[in-house]
Amino acid sequence: MAGSGTAHLRGDALLTVEHLLVEFPVGRTGLKVNAVTDLSLDIADGETVGLVGESGCGKSTTGRAIMQFPKPTGGTVVFDGTDLTTLNGEELRRTRPAMQMIFQDPISSLNPRRTIGDIVSEPLNIWKRGTPAERAARVDEVLDAVGLDPAVAKAKRPHEFSGGQCQRIAIARALVLEPKVIICDEPVSALDVSVQAQILNLLEDMKERYQLTMVFIAHDLAVVKNVSDRVAVMYLGKMCEVASPDSLYAAPAHPYTRALLTSIPVPDPTRRPDPEGRLQGEIPSPVMPPSGCRFRTRCPLAQERCAQEEPQMRRVADDHYVACHFPLVDAAAEPAAATV
Amino acid sequence: MARKKVVLTSPSAAGDKIDGPLLEVEDIRTHFLTPSGTVRAVDGVTFTLDRGKTLGVVGESGSGKTILSRSVMGLLPTRNVLRRGAIRYQGHSISDYSQQQMRSIWGTEMGMIFQDPMTSLNPVMKIGKQITESLRYHLDMDKGEARETAIALLTSVGIPEPGQRIDEYPHQLSGGMRQRVMIAVSLACGPRLLFADEPTTALDVTVQAQILDLLQAQQVERHMAIILVTHDLGVVAGRTDDIAVMYAGKVVEKAPTAVLFSEMRMPYTEALLNSIPKLEDPSHTRLQIIGGRPPDLINPPTGCNFSPRCPYAQPKCFVDEPPLRDAESPGHQFACWYPVGTPEGRQALEDNVAAVFPAALLATETGLDQPVGA
Repeated sequence: MAGSGTAHLRGDALLTVEHLLVEFPVGRTGLKVNAVTDLSLDIADGETVGLVGESGCGKSTTGRAIMQFPKPTGGTVVFDGTDLTTLNGEELRRTRPAMQMIFQDPISSLNPRRTIGDIVSEPLNIWKRGTPAERAARVDEVLDAVGLDPAVAKAKRPHEFSGGQCQRIAIARALVLEPKVIICDEPVSALDVSVQAQILNLLEDMKERYQLTMVFIAHDLAVVKNVSDRVAVMYLGKMCEVASPDSLYAAPAHPYTRALLTSIPVPDPTRRPDPEGRLQGEIPSPVMPPSGCRFRTRCPLAQERCAQEEPQMRRVADDHYVACHFPLVDAAAEPAAATV
Repeated sequence: MARKKVVLTSPSAAGDKIDGPLLEVEDIRTHFLTPSGTVRAVDGVTFTLDRGKTLGVVGESGSGKTILSRSVMGLLPTRNVLRRGAIRYQGHSISDYSQQQMRSIWGTEMGMIFQDPMTSLNPVMKIGKQITESLRYHLDMDKGEARETAIALLTSVGIPEPGQRIDEYPHQLSGGMRQRVMIAVSLACGPRLLFADEPTTALDVTVQAQILDLLQAQQVERHMAIILVTHDLGVVAGRTDDIAVMYAGKVVEKAPTAVLFSEMRMPYTEALLNSIPKLEDPSHTRLQIIGGRPPDLINPPTGCNFSPRCPYAQPKCFVDEPPLRDAESPGHQFACWYPVGTPEGRQALEDNVAAVFPAALLATETGLDQPVGA
């Protein structure tokens, strides 16, 4: 799981993240949290990439590092031909309208003392886009697009809305500057299933309407599969598997992906949950990650080699890449596995 | 504990009736009297639960499922709350018990696990103390005995190095570990009935699966009944004996789990199920959504509460409230005039689609004619 390598990169992407490294110091101990280690990922124009993993696997940190928020410790983030990591404050600020973020908790990500009209128009005011009348029209347009009645909503404050509606407002705020890329950090984790469905459908509509490129971060593979064109599975700061959602589900190659898939509750009473093969224990500390493959401590297939050698990303099928010494694929379909 | 234990004829002391259900709830109503009006949070719910069985209570936020479990357990404030109906636990009517009397039931007979394991544990108390508190109070254990029992409990809920963990504080544990501690606290005195109120909503899918497995294993070992409250039909599908679907404070459909999924009659149940993204579906499958929001519980709509959002709604639904009536399968009840999967229901949906009725269009975007759950 804990694999490095760039075999899965495609070259002509809108956003390319290479060898991303994010570390945080642990007090004055001299130790560091290895939040993200040597992670590479690319996102093509108009694509939705789903980033999945457990809590603490570094998926949110990756999302924030792409935004340079905070700047990563190492690696490059190339957006539209510019390496964001080399930019200074003002240059970076100028790239912000093109990249926006939506957060997990919709209520706490909106200022409770401001009206919805203020919240959604603030980005336009900061960037002095158009005349006041044009700005107001733009705010009305996005509020309408996310399914809120501008005439009613603009004068209200966040507490007057439900969680799902607050998430719609957060989406409207992210869209108002017409960004190219939106990073959604667990946008539906705090919502009920019925509201979750509304927000997922809305994100799909918005993507089509505004030609968005999205990074969708979540821990639920079923949700990620629904919205993504490509799914990247992360574990403890490393990339495990990258594939198209349908092939990832049909034939997960990484033992961790398979474990994630079996954890999802299925709304079908004839399929009893099977505790066998369940992932046991919890994610190890990123301060002292395991040697070799970082997943080996919980992996049912781990061998000695996994402790010594870090697996590299490699291709197992069309647009299906995995970082594992012993991937779950048929020997025939696995040209590279026999060697090394 | 220096406190004197209140002695009363607790249900267990008064001799259990081994036959008969463990819990009988009859037409309970919990209304909150607020300045803006009476909030009918639970409005006439009836169910029975047998020993060792699991009842799933499913519904959206604000459907009254949490208030239902708190009403049964007597965990609501006494002021400005109107409580009606009968609750019988092992044949004893506990609905009129005082707080003092309930105290002998909490912990020993009924336990509860809450949604957020961080805020339901005391942050300034070691976890060992939080487990031994009830052991010392209810079971009169001495310190050493209570500590040993606590370590055994931590082991049984799957906490590694329990001898060390027992002296740690909640913030030193991860979310999943905290929920395990919470389970150990609620299981300490061996309750016969456990309320699990969204026990895994704050957790990752992998940890959720572990916690649900743990609850199931403990249930079998202790022959304990569980009321599992959740908003996710996926969570209850493989793990409950019966399911009650709640909407706006009322049970709108109730059935044995397998029957509920194969013969669901209530459009709300169908809509809840269809809103879950399924792994089997190709990506970018449009999800069926339930338009609008749950009703205002101060001024609920006339007729069926679900009618403003229902794809099947007909004029009758806006006027007459459907009663909970029996379906063909034993134990299956639903409240709907135009049930799913019947000729009347199909006709109602077709009429609504033809009339360009918004709720019906939302529902049919994914194609309602596909078999449910496929």
